[in-house]
Amino acid sequence: MNVSDSGAAGFAGSDVTSGVVCLAERDGATIAEGSLRALAFAASLADPAAAVAAAVFPLLGEAGAPEPDGAALTGLLADYGATDVFLIQSPDLSAYAPAAWARCLEQVATTMRASAVVAAATDHGSEVLAHLGAMTDLPLVANCVSARSAGMSSWQLVRQRWAGSVLEDAVLEASCALLTVAVDALQSPAAPSMPGRARRLPTTHAVTPVIADVDLMVRATESAAKGSGMSLATARVVVGGGRGVGGPDGFAVLEELADLMGGVVGVSRVVTSQGWRPHRQQVGQTGTRISPEVYMACGISGAIQHMAGCLSARHIVAVNIDAEAPIIAHAEYAVIGDLNEVIPALIAAIRARRR
Amino acid sequence: MDILVCVKRVPMVGGTVVVTADGQDVDTRMSGFTVSPHEECAVEEAVQITERQGGTVTVLTLGPPEAAAQLRDMLALGAHRGVLLETDGREWGPTATAAAIVFAVGELAPTSFPLILAGNEAADTGGYQVGIRVAHALGRACLTGIKRLEVSGESVRATREYRGTEEQFEVALPAVVTVKEGINLPRYPSLPGRLRAKRAEITVLRPLWQPDAVRKQGLRVPAGSARQAEILGYGAAAVPALVEVLSELGVLPSAAGSGGGGAAA
Repeated sequence: MNVSDSGAAGFAGSDVTSGVVCLAERDGATIAEGSLRALAFAASLADPAAAVAAAVFPLLGEAGAPEPDGAALTGLLADYGATDVFLIQSPDLSAYAPAAWARCLEQVATTMRASAVVAAATDHGSEVLAHLGAMTDLPLVANCVSARSAGMSSWQLVRQRWAGSVLEDAVLEASCALLTVAVDALQSPAAPSMPGRARRLPTTHAVTPVIADVDLMVRATESAAKGSGMSLATARVVVGGGRGVGGPDGFAVLEELADLMGGVVGVSRVVTSQGWRPHRQQVGQTGTRISPEVYMACGISGAIQHMAGCLSARHIVAVNIDAEAPIIAHAEYAVIGDLNEVIPALIAAIRARRR
Repeated sequence: MDILVCVKRVPMVGGTVVVTADGQDVDTRMSGFTVSPHEECAVEEAVQITERQGGTVTVLTLGPPEAAAQLRDMLALGAHRGVLLETDGREWGPTATAAAIVFAVGELAPTSFPLILAGNEAADTGGYQVGIRVAHALGRACLTGIKRLEVSGESVRATREYRGTEEQFEVALPAVVTVKEGINLPRYPSLPGRLRAKRAEITVLRPLWQPDAVRKQGLRVPAGSARQAEILGYGAAAVPALVEVLSELGVLPSAAGSGGGGAAA
């Protein structure tokens, strides 16, 4: 297709029959949870008569791996509101190439006469939609938590600022809305079986996109699995340490507690900027977002930059010497005291319990 | 190599964030401003590259005249030249910001900046797009979210993390690279650095404002984020109550003879 056909005019989809498109990232044999939530979000934007397309990208980094059952994928996507499934196939896309992905989405959006293109606000989703925005000269609104049509080419949005510590109400005027969705912040998990939308088997389209060399300037040369070990992002228990730990030597006791509870240690930004612990252990807006069953925050004041990383923690237990620290207002339970006294006593009590 | 680093001046926020009475901004009367964290790391990375290989670091920001203070902070870290794209206090959207940076790159010729660095996303707006829009306008490759960067001759090799994997990229210069905190540990400014920064000339350019397609109606702090914790007790005396809570939450190894009910996964 000719890029100048779209331009700032979008994809010519501003009437009620125009569709919405959602980027669907793969996760092994299935679709990534975040993409399914984004798909449900996209479906909620569409008129009940309109098409909802999922653009499914190839599995990365496993060239030659058997393709999973297409019918199973399609059925899953239908549960989250898809009426059309575009299975994108291209030898150029065996490795991640953000601009090429954007070009594929542009082609799907043109076919669907899309009034909105949506992706989960992952690093890939955000990057691809930013490329699409730059290619088409359309605005991109990142980290939306709600959106609804407010008339022709107009959208009423709520988006996150400060990684969710602040919300912004805004109006977007665009012939096609490019939105990334802060899927972790959506109030309810995506509800399979969209209400008001008769579930039928989606139409499947096999797409072999046209990708120019210029769109392959950036292409991952290797996607290597990182070392094993429990991941901070997915740990069931995280024991957090902040300034109150006092120095690099104070973390041994937190490691011991984390081991006892089958968890891992996370730290606040001040700890990494002091060089006490490596950045990969940082929980927060500029570190890792965690979603444990229990987050035990020890000697952490609870700055918003830190709290943005643990919005998805189910239960927060704080140990802090200062009863006025912001963390106390975020936690469910708190012990007021010096962690260097409380944590060793807690470890002793847990060990005693096992005997 | 001459490197251009784009930084954003953002409110410094600590334990709480307060919205102004008119609901339009974050209240900065008590806090002041700083450089967004990913971008401070971009400046440190650029300074390290020029320390190894020679060249200059030009740091650029778009903001009101007061944003010169953030440029001086970055000059104190070792950047050589500051460029302020001066605004009249209006908010600039990501499309207009990218256009202003492209304009500045033109104005700063004959310096050609084979490498343009920026932060992956700003702390306040988190728009995730200015670097990519700049790269498209200049016809350059763009790498984002980079945690490790090697610049050698005509190309850059870069690594980032994605969902438990490491993605590696290699692109030819000129390129735009956005980085994330963790790529390095920014240094503290030295006293001579501070003195040099204080005296440095700052180049001021005035790009044309454009309206954004997104019209802000107002900001708010989400409800429900301020509850008060149940205090389990004080000091080590609180440990029995803490054990009980952790046991109820199912994260303690099973107690002896309990049959393994609350074992951690």
